Amino acid sequence: MSGAAFDTIAALVRSRAGIVLGADKAYMLDTRLGGLMRAEGFGNLDSLAAKLRSPGTERLAAAVTEALTTNESFFFRDGKPFDHLRRVLPRLISARGAGAKLRVLSAACSTGQEAYSVAMVAESLGLLSRIEVVGTDLSVEVVRRAREGVYSQFEVQRGLPVQMLVKHFKQEGGQWRISEAMRAVARFETGNLLADLRHLGRFDVVFCRNVLIYFDAPTKTRVLSALAERLAPDGVLYLGGAETVLGLTDRFTVIEGERGVYAPVGSPKQALAV
Amino acid sequence: MLDCLVVDDSRTVRRAARRMLEARGFEVREAEDGQQALEACRAALPKLVLLDWNMPVMDGITFLRHAREEFGPDEPRIMLCTTESDFSRIVTALESGAQEYIMKPFDDAILAGKLEVLGLLPDEAA
Repeated sequence: MSGAAFDTIAALVRSRAGIVLGADKAYMLDTRLGGLMRAEGFGNLDSLAAKLRSPGTERLAAAVTEALTTNESFFFRDGKPFDHLRRVLPRLISARGAGAKLRVLSAACSTGQEAYSVAMVAESLGLLSRIEVVGTDLSVEVVRRAREGVYSQFEVQRGLPVQMLVKHFKQEGGQWRISEAMRAVARFETGNLLADLRHLGRFDVVFCRNVLIYFDAPTKTRVLSALAERLAPDGVLYLGGAETVLGLTDRFTVIEGERGVYAPVGSPKQALAV
Repeated sequence: MLDCLVVDDSRTVRRAARRMLEARGFEVREAEDGQQALEACRAALPKLVLLDWNMPVMDGITFLRHAREEFGPDEPRIMLCTTESDFSRIVTALESGAQEYIMKPFDDAILAGKLEVLGLLPDEAA
């Protein structure tokens, strides 16, 4: 692959998804784009890049971006944020009053495991009827899979306690389908975190984990500001364990003793205590 | 130190499991069937048993029932690790006192996730 081809593809992914593709990731391109190149009849990355430089290639550009978006996800990833969520949901429910629903955003939701994990936590607290989970992702294909809620034997074993598997999934051959009760509280849509998020409405809890690591600093700041706009004043933001808001925004403050858990600045004291 | 008894009639599976567990700081013993596993537990009760289902002499589910009767409902933690992936088999194992269940084939990420569920990842189990 020529340097020009790498530059074309890197610039495309950066402009469409905000993802910074360093030269050290060049090895990824062959693996990630191999299937797409075969399907579209490109012999190598140079010819694919040349096509992308010509006009009228919106569909191809979207497909390349999708193929290069990291989609790895698993149920109850990292565990601890969900332990924290178990304490947060009752506090938020009592703050909202009778009948109100809590809204949870799973940003860059991939194939839906995080969103369904939130639903399972709510169910375990008897709060399923009081919650709505919205998952968004850049990739059309992963959003389709999230909506379908069907997972392989490998996927349902990564982080999911077996009691949850038995309770919330139905076996279909070698696959496992999430229950209708879980699907009913989760909805998924394609969306770009760099686009206007206002149509999504206000959220009580936002999960945006292991997403910022792919962005450069100005893009991280932009995304965090947009999420701050969407989060209730007493809400909670979950980032990945290796991510931080430090040096990027002054709109969030870390919840002491927790890793990757943030509250909006000016949050009521009781919000910071949980 | 956390210790695990790996019970499987396949030497290959025992070796693979030993490698993954030792990498996570476990001390590992091995047994080839349920009978050997019972004797190993009587000698020294491990924190965790990684248990195959189909084995000669005494199968995993029979071991599980004996172990719960003899050693109680909580210790050792018992995690089935088997090619049996039918929903009803999983329910049978849970009702018989297993705390977790791995459907083979499995990899290090699956094992680590299950250890975390059981609170047995070394940094959490201290």
